[in-house]
Amino acid sequence: MIVKSYNCVFMIEGNGEIQWTFSQVKGTLEDEVTDADIISCVEFNSDGELLATGDKGGRVVIFQRDQSVGDSVPNNRRTDYNVYSTFQSHEPEFDYLKSLEIEEKINKIRWLRRKNAANFLLSTNDKTIKLWKVSERDKRIDGYNLKDDSGQLLRDPNSVTALRVPILTPMDLTVEASPRRIFANAHTYHINSISVNSDQETYLSADDLRINLWNLEITDESFNIVDIKPVNMEELTEVITAAEFHPSHCNHFVYSSSKGIIRLCDMRAAALCDQHAKIFEEPEDPTNRSFFSEIISSISGIKFSNNGRYMISRDYLSVKVWDLNMDSRPIESYLVHEYLRSKLCSLYENDYIFDKFECCFNGTDSYIMTGSYNNFFKIFDRQTKRDVMLEASKEIAKPRTILKPRRVCTSGKKKKDEISVDSLDFNRKILHTAWHPNENIIAVAATNNLYLFQDRQ
Amino acid sequence: MSSDDTIDTNNLTNISTKEEKEEEEKLKAKYPHVQRPGPQFLQKRLQKGQKFFDSGDYNMAKAAAKTSNRLPQSKLSAVHIPEPSAPAPIPTGDTIPTPDCLANRKTSIHVQSKLVSGAP
Repeated sequence: MIVKSYNCVFMIEGNGEIQWTFSQVKGTLEDEVTDADIISCVEFNSDGELLATGDKGGRVVIFQRDQSVGDSVPNNRRTDYNVYSTFQSHEPEFDYLKSLEIEEKINKIRWLRRKNAANFLLSTNDKTIKLWKVSERDKRIDGYNLKDDSGQLLRDPNSVTALRVPILTPMDLTVEASPRRIFANAHTYHINSISVNSDQETYLSADDLRINLWNLEITDESFNIVDIKPVNMEELTEVITAAEFHPSHCNHFVYSSSKGIIRLCDMRAAALCDQHAKIFEEPEDPTNRSFFSEIISSISGIKFSNNGRYMISRDYLSVKVWDLNMDSRPIESYLVHEYLRSKLCSLYENDYIFDKFECCFNGTDSYIMTGSYNNFFKIFDRQTKRDVMLEASKEIAKPRTILKPRRVCTSGKKKKDEISVDSLDFNRKILHTAWHPNENIIAVAATNNLYLFQDRQ
Repeated sequence: MSSDDTIDTNNLTNISTKEEKEEEEKLKAKYPHVQRPGPQFLQKRLQKGQKFFDSGDYNMAKAAAKTSNRLPQSKLSAVHIPEPSAPAPIPTGDTIPTPDCLANRKTSIHVQSKLVSGAP
C-alpha cells in the first residue's frame, strides 16, 4: 500500500501491525538494583501528556512529553518524555498500636481530569491516600516594598519614603507539587486500588476486605460501600484484589477477588453494595480443579475498556475479556505464558505464583498489554487474535531499535533465538505497563527501569 | 505476531488439567503435609506481619530474622505466608533488647529517584 503525502512517499505495512521500537529508558542500567528504586506503578494522565511512576521508596516521578512543536510535519510530535516533577509522596511509618511497619511503597497512582492549569493526582500506599497538586510557576513577583518572597525583611519600615508597585517578572519554569488532601485512617487492611469516579468529585479506595467511597474535598469522612469481612474470620475464603469505577456510569463499579470472581455493583441500588448487581465468573468443572486452581484464578488486575462496554481481568496465566452484558463467561480469553503451567510446583515454592500482574487496553480497545517474567511483556491484537511477546532489555536500549518477537520453548529442542522456560529469570518481572490514551506509545516498568516504546514512524 | 496462543478450549482444558495435576503431585511428594490454601492462609495474608509486645521486641525479631536462615519448613506447615519479609517468630519477652542488636530505623533522608538522575 503506498500513500503519497506532501513530497514524500510512505510505505505502509500491508497488515497494519504495530512495529514496536525502542524510544527511551529511564533509570540506571546497572545490574545492582536498590530496593527503593523498584517501580510499583505507572500511569498516563487522560491526554497522555504526563506519565507518572511510583516506586517502593514512596517517590513519585512525573514525566512530560516533549512540548516542542518545531517539526515541519504536523501531527508528528516528538515522543520523548522528560522529567517534569518529582516528590516524596509517602514516608515509611510505624503503627505503634499493632506493631506493624507501614510501607511507603506507592501501590497506585490515578490522575484526575484536568480542570484548570494545575494537574492533580491521587497516590496511595497501604494505608493512606494523598491528593497532590502539580502546578507550574513561570512568573515571580519583583519589587516588594518591605519583605521578599520568603518573608525576609528587606528594608526598615521607618526608612521607606516612597512606595512602588510590585510587578510580575518571568522566571525559569518550576514545577511544584504540594499535598492538598490526606485521606487517612480509613483502612484496616492494605489498600490495593483507588479509582476516580467519572463525576471527578468522588473516588473509591479498596483494601483486602472493604471498599470506601470518598469525596475529594472531604478527608474526615468516608462511606463504606463494600464489606466482605465475615463475622468469624475463620470463615474467610475470599479477599478483594482490585476495584474500579465504570468510565462513564458514575453509579457502577466492579471489584475482583482472589477466587477469580468479578462483581459489578450499583450504588444507586443500595447504600451498602455487598449484594452485587451482576457477578462475572467463568464456570469450571470441579473435576478439573487442582491444588493450584484457586491460586492461579486469583485476579491481580481489572480494567474497563475505554468505551465502557467491556472489561479485562488478569489472572496468573491469562487475560480475559468480559462483555458487561454477559456474565456467564468471558467473550475472549488470552494465554500469557502457558509454558508456566507445567512449572506451577516450583512457582509455588518460590512464591512467584503470587505475583500480581496488571493489564491494560490501548486507546481504541483493540489491543491488550500485560507483563510476564524475564522482562517479557505481551501484546494481544483483539481483532486478528494474534499476539506477540516482546522483551524490555538493556540490549535493545538503542534509539529506533525494532523489537523482535521472543519465543519460549518448553521441550528439549530449542530453536535459535528461543529461550528455554528453565532459563527464564523470575526476578525480572514486568508487573506494570501503561498505554498512551491516544497513540501507540507504551510505558513498561521493568523492576527499576522505565522503558518507553513507540510504533515505528 | 503469532497465533500460537489462540485457544482450542476443549483440548486446552484437558491438557492444562493434566499438567496442573502433575504439578500438584510433585508438590505433595515434596511437602506431604501441605494443605490447600484455606481461611488460615488468607488470614495470614491479611496480617502481613504479627503482633509484638512493643517496638523494641519488633526490632529484635527483625534483626534476628536477618541473621537466621529462613526455614524451609514454613512451606511444610499448613499455613502459607506469601510475604517473604515477615520476621521469624520469637516468643515475646524471651530476650531483653539492647541498643546494639536493634535493627536501624529507616532514615528520612530523601534520595532522588534514579529515574530522574539516571540514564537519560
